[in-house]
Amino acid sequence: MTFLARHRIILPVVSLAVLLAATFYMQPRAMSYFGLNLLFNLAVPIALATIAQMMIIMVNDIDLSLGAFVSLAACVTATFLNDAPMLGLLILLALVLSYAVLGAVIHALELPAIVVTLGMSFVWGGIALFILPSPGGAAPGWLRTLMTVKPPFAPMAVVAAVFIAAVTHLLIMRSGIGTVLRGVGGNARSVARAGWSVIRLKALAYGLAGLFGVLAGMALVGLATSADANIALRYTLLSIAGVILGGGEFTGGKVSPTGAVIGAFTLTLAASFLSFMRLSPDWQIGAQGAILILVLTARLIFRQKGSEA
Amino acid sequence: MSVLSRPWLWSWLAAAAAFSLTLGLTSGRGAGELGYAALSFGAFAAIVGLGQMLVITLGPGNVDLSIPATMTLAATLALKAMGSDPGTAFLGLVIALAVGFGTGVANYALIFLLRLPPIIATLAASLIYQSLAIWSNRGLRIKPPAGLADFATGRFLGLPNVAWVGLALAILVWIVLERSVWGRWLLATGQNLRVARLAGVPVELVRASTYISVAVFASLAGYLLASFSGGAALNMGQEYLLMSIAVVVIGGSSIAGGNSNVPGVWGAALFMFLVVSMLNSYGAGAGVRNVLTGTIIIAIVIAASSRRART
Repeated sequence: MTFLARHRIILPVVSLAVLLAATFYMQPRAMSYFGLNLLFNLAVPIALATIAQMMIIMVNDIDLSLGAFVSLAACVTATFLNDAPMLGLLILLALVLSYAVLGAVIHALELPAIVVTLGMSFVWGGIALFILPSPGGAAPGWLRTLMTVKPPFAPMAVVAAVFIAAVTHLLIMRSGIGTVLRGVGGNARSVARAGWSVIRLKALAYGLAGLFGVLAGMALVGLATSADANIALRYTLLSIAGVILGGGEFTGGKVSPTGAVIGAFTLTLAASFLSFMRLSPDWQIGAQGAILILVLTARLIFRQKGSEA
Repeated sequence: MSVLSRPWLWSWLAAAAAFSLTLGLTSGRGAGELGYAALSFGAFAAIVGLGQMLVITLGPGNVDLSIPATMTLAATLALKAMGSDPGTAFLGLVIALAVGFGTGVANYALIFLLRLPPIIATLAASLIYQSLAIWSNRGLRIKPPAGLADFATGRFLGLPNVAWVGLALAILVWIVLERSVWGRWLLATGQNLRVARLAGVPVELVRASTYISVAVFASLAGYLLASFSGGAALNMGQEYLLMSIAVVVIGGSSIAGGNSNVPGVWGAALFMFLVVSMLNSYGAGAGVRNVLTGTIIIAIVIAASSRRART
């Protein structure tokens, strides 16, 4: 195995660095506390959603309902959590628990996760519409303060990214339970033979995904100050792209939390990159697609070198 | 094999149940209108569903996420070329199908040349198609030519024309799957890619033609939908992403691939429309409607999987 193949994290880091350098070259004023904050502000909820998706991909499943779930969490945050904090907290807790139950049911009945989450996306979206039929609500004051805080040295978005990456890295890559969870994706049967309850582990992975999904919704409301039932629907696809961009694989429990956070930031930056090039905003979505393809092409080169060695 | 164990039966039973529950409310009035509407709207879901079914049949990990973007792009470019002028319907159709062919080739090129997982390849490509559609659609709202709009909303022998198109496609796909070499190759590839390759099946050719077929189906659905609804819109394909996967699974095709089910796709497409109109006629709001739709999808998947376990 070559150096590059062993250190999968290098590619996402280099991609983000190149894109960032190009942005600074194009618009030197972005290279400031304020500029960075503007560039990456909206990346924080996407990074949290990407971590949530990573938890599911880690156990070889895929979540097509994440965007609807984050929207629902945002709606609960902007209504119940603001008006009746205790009740709001209970509802969010119930959402996390329902994700854990979902994971257990998918495993116990051997259901295809892609279809069950597809159905759940209707359910989450329906509940969100029920809570907030028209856009509105308000962000709780403390959440607003938290998301717009101006720490010294580095803007909030960067500090938050480092914090999220560090916590999830410790949890997934360094801790014992994280290793077992990745093992479920690698070979569920041997994990079971080793005496672990796979159903509990799957419930834990899904529960963690639910937790980070809820956090993503809360962070989004803190930034956007209000919510609507469709606020985060595009997060489903963005989060899948972010996990893969960050060096994750769909199978085998090969994921990287740090990479996922970097992947989410790269996708966010890709969207605003073109506006610095003064190209038409029509191409913003396309730029995300093009950069996704470019980075994955680079990964192909890495992998071929790895297999030759 | 008895009739009861046919996997497509369940989607038709569910559609019939939703149909009769809706009519139960009106004590039988409006049966014809409801059936007609279900066939019209179900046709679009059935056409994209047939394409998605072929891709899903290719085996685990194969799914086309670019269907909505392909629909929108094909419809936008076709309507722009036609410019509401009479007699251009055929030109528009050719352009739409050519767009579908192009996106299909592009999707497969990404999958084959860059060795990307199909989910991520079609996802990334769809972002680019979406941008192309936005760019070419800017500020335009072109109506389809009158003749084409009449065709798309018209009827023949009492059934909507779009349903005839969807029915013809379903029969074509069914014959190809059941009776042609290509269909057998597709099923063999979906059941075990390695074994199929060793047995001499041109696996990559099968994969390429499948990804092109789904895109062509999607572009046809986009062309018809735009003609049906009086113009292309940027979000016109949005609901068909989840819809295309849902009708395949509810229709009884295996999500693990290697096993496809044409009649079930049509039954599921009708069901997806009928369940919404049933909930509407019972006065359910948008929220309740979505929750129940999702619950029903999951219930059908659970029922289907436990049925497999017994047999």
